[in-house]
Amino acid sequence: MSDRSSLVAASASRLQPGPAGRKPRRMLSPRNIMLYGTLLVAAIYYLIPLYVMVVTSLKGMPEVRLGNIFSPPLEITFEPWVKAWSQACTGLNCDGLSRGFWNSVLITIPSTLISIAVASVNGYALANWRFKGSEVFFTILIVGAFIPYQVMIYPIVIVLRELGIYGTLTGLIIVHTIFGMPILTLLFRNYFAGLPEELFKAARIDGAGFWAIYLRIMAPMSLPIFVVAMILQITGIWNDFLFGVVFTRPEYYPMTVQLNNIVNSVQGVKEYNVNMAATILTGAVPLIVYFVSGRLFVRGIAAGAVKG
Amino acid sequence: MDSRAARRPSRLLRNIPAKIASIPMILTALVIFLGGTVWTVVYSFTNSKLLPRLSFVGFDQYERLWAAPRWIVSIQNLAIYGLFSLIFSLGIGFLLAVLMDQKIRFENTFRTIFLYPFALSFIVTGLVWQWILNPEFGVQSVVRSLGWSTFTFDPLYTSSIVIYGVLIAALWQGTGLVMCLMLAGLRGIDEDIWKAARGDGIPAWKTYLFIIVPMMRGVSVTPLVIIARGIVKVYDLVVAQTSGGPGIASEVPAKYVYDYMFLAQNLGQGFAASTMMLITVAIIIVPWAYLEFGGGRKRV
Repeated sequence: MSDRSSLVAASASRLQPGPAGRKPRRMLSPRNIMLYGTLLVAAIYYLIPLYVMVVTSLKGMPEVRLGNIFSPPLEITFEPWVKAWSQACTGLNCDGLSRGFWNSVLITIPSTLISIAVASVNGYALANWRFKGSEVFFTILIVGAFIPYQVMIYPIVIVLRELGIYGTLTGLIIVHTIFGMPILTLLFRNYFAGLPEELFKAARIDGAGFWAIYLRIMAPMSLPIFVVAMILQITGIWNDFLFGVVFTRPEYYPMTVQLNNIVNSVQGVKEYNVNMAATILTGAVPLIVYFVSGRLFVRGIAAGAVKG
Repeated sequence: MDSRAARRPSRLLRNIPAKIASIPMILTALVIFLGGTVWTVVYSFTNSKLLPRLSFVGFDQYERLWAAPRWIVSIQNLAIYGLFSLIFSLGIGFLLAVLMDQKIRFENTFRTIFLYPFALSFIVTGLVWQWILNPEFGVQSVVRSLGWSTFTFDPLYTSSIVIYGVLIAALWQGTGLVMCLMLAGLRGIDEDIWKAARGDGIPAWKTYLFIIVPMMRGVSVTPLVIIARGIVKVYDLVVAQTSGGPGIASEVPAKYVYDYMFLAQNLGQGFAASTMMLITVAIIIVPWAYLEFGGGRKRV
């Protein structure tokens, strides 16, 4: 692998034995050329799909058929975008991705808010108000995070059907709250446990109860972790496919499901430019969240996996 | 917690608001996670078809499952996909992390580029790579148009290698995250170790290989668990990229479960298959948890 040899060469040249202290470095040393060369090649590999998506979505169909997927469009057209948004067909109806987009908005916003509200209270109770058995439930929750969703899907279908909300948005929101719970609870529990205990005790002595301490002290002090949780949930719920397909009726399908139905539909001529425009549109929301949130995004994902 | 000692004596009445607030968690833990799992395992021994029914047939569903070519293909795919994605994500992730750790310029730019695919859904990932690997328009045709007219790279329509096509997409999506976690691990390593190694005149690559890598074992657990979970869960990616095709060549267990439960209306098969997935996860997770939590003396 060329990656490895360059790495070895690159790092070997860094640490020659010799005088201590920082060596003045030249920018164009062989080490740097290798290092940045490798990183640049890797970066290009990661960027290619995004580039291909954008380029394809801006071409007309004749150009797509003739040309090379990597070549920039000769004639830029936004028609595929318009078509993907408002006319693309999924089986029978042809009202484009817009419906899926609004469904996803209607799913993502309440699911994010409710799951975070529930999980932060759980985390708070687990960190500051432990009761007999609370750790047992928490352990079940964490172990449950490793159980494949497929094992629990059908029992949930039955529960939701009994409650009369199978196939509705409410049902899907509950499902997202349930499956977001392990990671978010862990996140909040660890964060609240890390806050100084004196604060909690002082509030207790002043007579504040469970909810007062949560609303007036814990939650306002924990804005960063709420932001992290929101990033985690917005991207996770927006990108969900399985729950959308299992727990909603076609008229409530989220954007990912609709996108897949549009692109992989067997009827009609394949319009690759429209497909790619639709794909970008679906990826746009999490991408924007990612670019805006920056390092918090990484923190969110990493925090979700740290053991408690 | 010692705050407990100060409260009133009656046990059940103590901490009432906390208990009420924990009801969603308790219900989720007991009804969905515990109850749902037990329910599925129990019903996997029945011959439920369209609706779940409690008429037990022993291990019939499992026998049928392991006799089904589609299931065997699914398991093989999962094994190949799992093995390679584990090796490559950890390998590439670590390599990129080491490169990023060389006090480079534009670190944030590179990090942003390596990680952005992780923000995208598997559906988007699958569809993009379906397009790039499209034999008529994608990589194959581009290379051919450059003059190498016999060049063949058509993983998505070749049964024997289709799972590697899925793997390419999965690695593109997931390695950035592994890189980030590994980089955090590298940054956490004590500067003194580097100084000591440097003082002894050990070349940097040897330091990485023989000192840093063994030290990264603890740090690798997080990415390892994430990758392992991702492997067993792989579903959307296959649905988007290949729909399980050509034929049944890229089927995976999660798709088998979904298809039998919701399309073929053969619930018993679906339950049996999902129970097998559960066992697969248990085989991976239990030894890890056992090692992690010191021989299970603290937790179950």
